[in-house]
Amino acid sequence: MAVCVAVIAKENYPLYIRSVPAENELKFHYMVHTSLDVVDEKISAMGKALVDQRELYLGLLYPTEDYKVYGYVTNSKVKFVMVVDSSNTALRDNEIRSMFRKLHNSYTDVMCNPFYNPGDRIQSSLQINTDLTSACHRGASQRSFHVRVFQTCSWELPVSPHTAPEGLLVAGPSMAW
Amino acid sequence: MSWMPCFLSMLSTLVLGVSVPPGALDCWVFLSCLEVLQRIEGCCDRAQIDSNIAHTVGLWSYATEKLKSLGYLCGLVSEKGPNSEDLNRTVDLLAGLGAERPETANTAQSPYKKLKEALSSVEAFEKHYLDLSHATIEMYTSIGRIRSAKFVGKDLAEFYMRKKSPQKAEVYLQGALKNYLAEGWALPLTHTRKQLAECQKHLGQIENYLQTSSLLAGDRHLTEDEREHFCREILSFARRQTGSPGHKIVLPMHSFAQLRDLHFTPSNAVVHVGGVVSVEITVCSQMPVPVPVEQVAINVHFSIEQNSYRKTAEWLTRHKTANGMVSFPAETSPFPTSRNSLPALELYEMLERSPSDNSLNTTGIICKNVHMLLRRQESGASLETSAGVTLEDGAHVLKCTDVTLEPGPNTITFQTQAKEPGTYTLRQLCASVGPVWFVLPHIYPLVQYDVYSQEPQLHVEPLADSLLAGIPQKVKFTITTGHYTVKNGDSLQLSNVEAMLILCHEENRAVIYSNTREKASDASLRVQSSDKVTSISLPAAPAYHVIEFELEVLSLPSAPAAGGESIGLGMTEPHGKHEDTQKAGQRMATMDHKVSIDCPWSIYSTVIALTFSMPFRTTHSLLSAGTRKYVQVCVQNLSELDFQLSDSHLVDTGESTDLQLIPLNTESEQRAHSRQAVFFVWELKWTREPPPSLHCRFSVGFCPASEERLSVSLKPYTCEFQVENFFTLYNVKAEISPPPGVEHCRTGALCSLEVSITRLSDLLEVDKDEALTESDEYFSTKLMYEVVDNSSNWAVCGKSSGVISMPVAAQATHRVHMEVMPLFAGYLPLPDVRLFKYLPHHSAHSSQLDADSWIENDSLSVDKHVDDQLDGGSVQSRGSVRTAAGSEHKGLPMPRLRALPPGQAFNASAGTQVLVIPSRDDHVLEVSVT
Repeated sequence: MAVCVAVIAKENYPLYIRSVPAENELKFHYMVHTSLDVVDEKISAMGKALVDQRELYLGLLYPTEDYKVYGYVTNSKVKFVMVVDSSNTALRDNEIRSMFRKLHNSYTDVMCNPFYNPGDRIQSSLQINTDLTSACHRGASQRSFHVRVFQTCSWELPVSPHTAPEGLLVAGPSMAW
Repeated sequence: MSWMPCFLSMLSTLVLGVSVPPGALDCWVFLSCLEVLQRIEGCCDRAQIDSNIAHTVGLWSYATEKLKSLGYLCGLVSEKGPNSEDLNRTVDLLAGLGAERPETANTAQSPYKKLKEALSSVEAFEKHYLDLSHATIEMYTSIGRIRSAKFVGKDLAEFYMRKKSPQKAEVYLQGALKNYLAEGWALPLTHTRKQLAECQKHLGQIENYLQTSSLLAGDRHLTEDEREHFCREILSFARRQTGSPGHKIVLPMHSFAQLRDLHFTPSNAVVHVGGVVSVEITVCSQMPVPVPVEQVAINVHFSIEQNSYRKTAEWLTRHKTANGMVSFPAETSPFPTSRNSLPALELYEMLERSPSDNSLNTTGIICKNVHMLLRRQESGASLETSAGVTLEDGAHVLKCTDVTLEPGPNTITFQTQAKEPGTYTLRQLCASVGPVWFVLPHIYPLVQYDVYSQEPQLHVEPLADSLLAGIPQKVKFTITTGHYTVKNGDSLQLSNVEAMLILCHEENRAVIYSNTREKASDASLRVQSSDKVTSISLPAAPAYHVIEFELEVLSLPSAPAAGGESIGLGMTEPHGKHEDTQKAGQRMATMDHKVSIDCPWSIYSTVIALTFSMPFRTTHSLLSAGTRKYVQVCVQNLSELDFQLSDSHLVDTGESTDLQLIPLNTESEQRAHSRQAVFFVWELKWTREPPPSLHCRFSVGFCPASEERLSVSLKPYTCEFQVENFFTLYNVKAEISPPPGVEHCRTGALCSLEVSITRLSDLLEVDKDEALTESDEYFSTKLMYEVVDNSSNWAVCGKSSGVISMPVAAQATHRVHMEVMPLFAGYLPLPDVRLFKYLPHHSAHSSQLDADSWIENDSLSVDKHVDDQLDGGSVQSRGSVRTAAGSEHKGLPMPRLRALPPGQAFNASAGTQVLVIPSRDDHVLEVSVT
């Protein structure tokens, strides 16, 4: 249930960034950009580790009120950042990991394309979101990066915060309304 | 402290589930964050806290964010202060907070007190918010989270903008903008730039505002309306300022329009003085609406180039570029910086050879633009280089006024007349909209056009590959007028050469071409010839044009000085020699004619050399049949043309009356095909004693076979040669007879070879040489014979050569008997009998020795036989010869041999064959068929 997926080049410019719904695009751009701070920090922290022992998955970068931001870095220092809705508690670390791994595979496919210049923006054949669902149905025969990504991230529209279960334990300062 | 993210995450998770009035949650989160932070501060020392900023800063940032949203909610950030609705909401929130818990109630500072104070007044809110923000930014910066710091800074800038203090906001906006620009994040960049534009507008920074506006107007991430708004901002500013000229606002062009390509007419960008050069540029306007531009100008830098090769007509015609189009790399939006700003590697192969033996020492690859690639990335240089753009003032400017740039590609054409010769480099492109100047500071790749001035030139060249002598040939005259204008009455004066005629026709036409090889006009040409000078009056032609015309010239066919190689072919081996000469001379003999031409534009004469080739080559040979003599002339056609030969003559130039040359040629006209030969034969007859040599002149008329009628009469081809010693003195006859009693020769059986050498005449003039000896009115000469069988059909048994003393008298005969053995069966040709003059050594002069040294080499092998023969032979004065040959082989001159001229010795048995039958007891049968 990703709301935003970004592929960021080694030099920290976005190769691909896509968020749904599109209205809040700017907010996600800021969010992903800010998260690069944490990505950089994590990369420099593990920089000394041997290459083959290095964990590509960076884990939760930082949480915000509504979203969780996860990071992943390839050996060539290309970063994947994924923003998921915080309300979706069903997404565990393992699912996030496998989503990143699939995303990594899709990225590798793009790099294998002889017509793609490494470092160029990754073009998606899908322009509007309404195409998304139909494209997903058309399946893997259409090997567009976009389709792959959003299939990978098991795209669904974000659930509104108000539909979350009630009666949660509230800890913290007492409040009376 | 790794629990901190978890805590934050938990907070946000919990918050999602609760339904409360607006702001209440923010209050709660703010208080929670601060409480936690306070607890941490309470239980840890300073150093510990500092080392864990990475974990706590999230909470600080979260708290700042919440306070900000509370401030906006309660109207504390607006310029006018909160309205009644805002106040109501504030009261609700404050009431909702309830009373402070007893454990913190007495402390001077608590999160509860802080919140309450912040919400109570605009000033207090500002103070607390700024405190928190600054603290957060500081913490982020200290741990290197620049992006996060900039993001908080942007919030702060927004706050300042609300508070109407744009000067404070600008710093934060610029900081954030630089960061986004450097990392190439388009959407945040556009958003921040929009905020900055507003800020700059408030601050009244006109130049910066216009620049930001131009960037925004060309920004594809904005809506059409927004872009149009910013574009109109620029236009309205320009309109307002038109009244007060003088002040120019210079802005970089790339946001306004981009140069796509450039095209010169003429396409090779080389033009002569006075010519018109036009430059057509395609500019892609980035503006969303049509923009009226008062003037588009290209600044041109002029330099006088020393190397003037580029500016000649040859260069002009040879270097025609495909289309003269120069394309400029599409200026992609200024990011991603790290990749696109670097130039491509320019790699070259490098081979280093050792100077001594030229063997390969080192090989490698050189990068020629290392200085570009390894430059330090200036972190400080601002990417939006507004300050760097300066307007260049040049004397040469290409201008185009009142252009409206439509959105998208526009074509603008500049025209100028070339004045001074030199190289013109296009430097800057600028477009002015009122006082606003958009400038492209450097046009790269380098674009130049050249203006040249050229001296008039005359070229004369044959129309075909080579000129043939003897027949009319066309020669092309090309006059490149250069800066000279050919007037009516100008003429070329050609000095006549004796051996070369310039043929004047009624109709001669000259064609005038323009500089670009387009036909301009056509005019008739007048050629007047006097005995010394041929004058060609030229048609009038403007400067930088080309006049072309053709003239026919005729070079007289004279045999080259060397003459036909006088090869006297004997009867002995005519075929082998003939092949040799054919191989040797396939190239035509040539002769040069130098013509000096006076041109009207110069006081000096131009000398032009025309090379003519003789189409023919002749060889002659003397043929004998006993005492009858024939002269054969072979005319070889070396050219590609076919010729018709007629009127062949061979005359004796010695004018001796007792010699007669009787032609045996049946046809009067013969065709000499390309690369073929024609033979002519005359019989030589004489009545009295013939002279030792005969001087002949051969002449034959010829004309090209393809052209039936020629306007001029052609001179015949002549050649002279000399035939020497043509009179037959000796008749050599060889005969092989089988052993007595046997009908045919058999292989392996000895047969007798009888050679008879017969003197055919009495003492002649040619006999008077050193070999002649006189005793008692009785003359004799020494000859050496040699029997050689080159084809190894015969084995000569015993001596194969010997010296004889031949009496010089008619019908004197000398017979030699020898034994030979046939090695093969079949009709075998007889072995060759060669005859030499045997010259005694004492008469040899040193000079003659040199000339005949080839014989000396040969004589070494011959000597042995000579000695043997001398022992048994009855030869006079043998003693002297023997001492010379026997004891002093080296150092002293030896008897010399001189081959008899082929005309003097006639081999009567040439071509004779003898039947040899195989012997009966031979196991192997060998049959030679010749």
